[in-house]
Amino acid sequence: MNAIEVVRAGALTTVQDLGRRGLAHLGVPRSGALDGPAHRLANRLVGNPADAATLETTLTGVAVRALAPVVAAVTGAPAPVRIDGRPAPWGLPVTIPAGAVLDVGAATHGVRSYVAFAGGVAVPPVLGSRATDLLAGLGPSPLSAGDVLPLGEPADCPPPVDVAPQPAPPAELVLRLRLGPRDDWFTADALRLLGQARYTVASASNRIALRTEGPALARAIDAELPSEGMVLGAVQVPTDGRPLIFLADHPTTGGYPVVGVVPEVDLAAAAQARPGTPLRFQVIA
Amino acid sequence: MRVRRVGDHALLVEVDSTDEVAALHAELLRRRAAGALPPLDNIVPAARTVLLDGLTDPKQLADDIPTWPLPPVPADEGPLVELPVRYDGPDLAEVAARWWVPMEEVGRIHSGFEYRVAFCGFAPGFGYLTGLPERLHVPRRATPRTSVPAGSVALAGAFTGAYPRTSPGGWQLIGHTDAVLWDPRREPAALLRPGVRVRFIPEER
Repeated sequence: MNAIEVVRAGALTTVQDLGRRGLAHLGVPRSGALDGPAHRLANRLVGNPADAATLETTLTGVAVRALAPVVAAVTGAPAPVRIDGRPAPWGLPVTIPAGAVLDVGAATHGVRSYVAFAGGVAVPPVLGSRATDLLAGLGPSPLSAGDVLPLGEPADCPPPVDVAPQPAPPAELVLRLRLGPRDDWFTADALRLLGQARYTVASASNRIALRTEGPALARAIDAELPSEGMVLGAVQVPTDGRPLIFLADHPTTGGYPVVGVVPEVDLAAAAQARPGTPLRFQVIA
Repeated sequence: MRVRRVGDHALLVEVDSTDEVAALHAELLRRRAAGALPPLDNIVPAARTVLLDGLTDPKQLADDIPTWPLPPVPADEGPLVELPVRYDGPDLAEVAARWWVPMEEVGRIHSGFEYRVAFCGFAPGFGYLTGLPERLHVPRRATPRTSVPAGSVALAGAFTGAYPRTSPGGWQLIGHTDAVLWDPRREPAALLRPGVRVRFIPEER
């Protein structure tokens, strides 16, 4: 069985796939790749099914040594790709010879690059998924230098080289937002403000939530909300009034009102928005 | 009952009490088992709500649910889990003072009720158990602990529960169980799942 050895782990590199579905009632978040389309494309480029596990990097990339020859592809946040120091293409399948090091450098734009290997990262699944869940503490720990990760068997037929157009990471993040379930907990002024105000992506953002800086939303109801179920993309407003958007590792229940929900297709862009990126919400009724 | 829309693929059904949540949750599971519920990813009960997530067309269901009869859950329905407990937690004295009883009585009183897992949250396999009478409700600690040992049996507000693994926590700790509350390699992974009945069995010290 082939394997890769981590040479440089980067700021935060995790194993991700499509996550764990159907376990929210036990307190288990969905988890999985934050930029779903980039994860799927990386897999497609190396001939993997969409649910094969990839590596998700954070800003500073990752470097791994292939213990046997393997085809890999890097998607998501654009970054310089090198194989044993020689430039290699981003967004296309590349072959790593045995013993060579694939180095994904710091992202030039965006936040998270995805590295797929033919056969997929084959760490043992936990509850049906190999994803690292940083909130629930499930799946493999974030990568450290020296870790050896097994790879699965590549698909029989080599993949056709795919044209791989990818959206550029957003200069301005525009997130559609469908009001509810708790929009009535906010004042009419707050709801108007939500659709007009300029927010920026806060540096405290992570795989659990995209946090924002900007005007606070005033509540119409000051009572404490009994804990209720939370969905991916829920825009929760904690006591400081700054909306935060729940991403893949979000808690399954929460006690702050959710003013609205961002559709899942908009969250891939959110996953690539760096701290400081301007953000606005486009309210859809 | 009120049905609220949550994005394009989910509904939040709000009722008046945790007992009504249990009745609605049981009805949803019955209908799902009978194939009478459209496909969905998650049914997530909580304190006053049940979230239905991953629906293709929530509108139809939103209209239907308020017409369903919701019989109360019989007290003896659902699997029973017995948790052995040593009542030796660091907050025993504080809870005893709030209950106006000697410390030795806390375990006897706490283990004298049968509880039910109303919902999970906070951490995988952390169940919020109802069944403690209102006169015995105690507030959370003013300052949460940064680390609560796995197996700690605790109280806060209307709920009691046990920490499946070491984590920060603000509940009052009254005892400890050696039961494995969460094991992702086990089926089911969580000992305390919504609908499970729970008895605490005091261990000799």
